[in-house]
Amino acid sequence: MIVMTKESLQILKEQDVILFRNRVKEFATKIGMSLLNQTKLITAASELVRNMLKYANGGVVILEIIGKDRVTGIRLTFTDKGPGIADIRLAMKDGYSTGKSLGLGLPGAKRLVNEFDIKSEVGKGTTVTIIRWKNGI
Amino acid sequence: MDRIPILKMGHFLLVTIQVDLYDRLALSLENDLINMVSQVDAKGVLIDISAVSIVDSFMGRILGNIASMTKIMDAETVVVGMQPAVAITLVELGLTLSGVHTALNVEKGMELLQKRIGKDQTGEEEDYDSND
Ligand SMILES: Nc1ncnc2c1ncn2[C@@H]1O[C@H](COP(=O)(O)OP(=O)(O)OP(=O)(O)O)[C@@H](O)[C@H]1O
Ligand SMILES: [Mg+2]
Repeated sequence: MIVMTKESLQILKEQDVILFRNRVKEFATKIGMSLLNQTKLITAASELVRNMLKYANGGVVILEIIGKDRVTGIRLTFTDKGPGIADIRLAMKDGYSTGKSLGLGLPGAKRLVNEFDIKSEVGKGTTVTIIRWKNGI
Repeated sequence: MDRIPILKMGHFLLVTIQVDLYDRLALSLENDLINMVSQVDAKGVLIDISAVSIVDSFMGRILGNIASMTKIMDAETVVVGMQPAVAITLVELGLTLSGVHTALNVEKGMELLQKRIGKDQTGEEEDYDSND
C-alpha cells in the first residue's frame, strides 16, 4: 500500500462538518471516483465525524489518497480522545444508540465503504478507519 | 444568521434548499417551516432538495421531523428532486424516510399534494393512529 497524498483536519465544531465533507469531495474528485461512490464515502464520513463531535467533543481526521495493486482510493482515519466504546459489537448493531438516536451511523457507514475498521479503548478514545476504492462496489 | 426563504403559493409552502446545510440552518428551517404552517394554515409543504448532494442521518431526521410535525398540523410534506446517488446511499445507510412523500420534481410534487388535499376535502374522515 502506498500513500500518495496525506492531510489532517481538526474537527472541533459543527461548522467543520461541511468543510471536511468538501475536502473529502475534492480528494475523491481528484482520483476520478464516480459520483455514487463519492456520495457513499462522504455520507459515511459525515456519520463518523458527527459521532466524533457528539460523543467525544471532536477529534482529528487524516485524509489520504492511497494506492494498492494499481487501484487508487481514499482512506479516512477518525481519531478522538473521547470516552471510548465499551462494547463495539453492540455499537455496530443497527438501532443501538446511547444518544437517543437512530443508531445508524456506525453500521450504515460500514455498509457504505469497502473497508471499515474500528478500535476503541474505554477512557482513551476511538479510532475508525474507512477506505473507499475508486471503482469498488 | 442566514435563513432559508420559504415561499407561500396558495395553500402550499415551497422551500428550495440550494446548498448543503449547516446543522443550525437545517434546524432553523425546521422551526420556521413548522411555525409558518400554523401561521398561514398551509395544507402542503414542498421541499426541493435537487441541489443537495449529501443527506446523512442528521439531515434525514430533519426531513422526517418536518413531515411528522406538519402532519400533526394537518399538512402534507413532499420532498422533491432527490438525486439518484443520494437515494441509493440513503437505502444503504439504512435510513427510511418514513412518513415523507417523495416526487421527481416540483411539478410532480405539486400534483401529489393537490391530489392528497383534494382527497381530504371530499369528506371522508381520515383515521389517525393515535398510538404512535
Ligand atoms: N467516537 C465515539 N466515541 C464514543 N462512543 C461512540 C463513538 N461513536 C459511536 N459511539 C457509540 O456507539 C453508539 C452507536 O453509534 P451510531 O453512530 O451507530 O449511532 P448514534 O450516533 O447513536 O445514532 P445516529 O448515528 O443514527 O444518529 C453511539 O450511541 C455511542 O454510544
Ligand atoms: Mg452516529
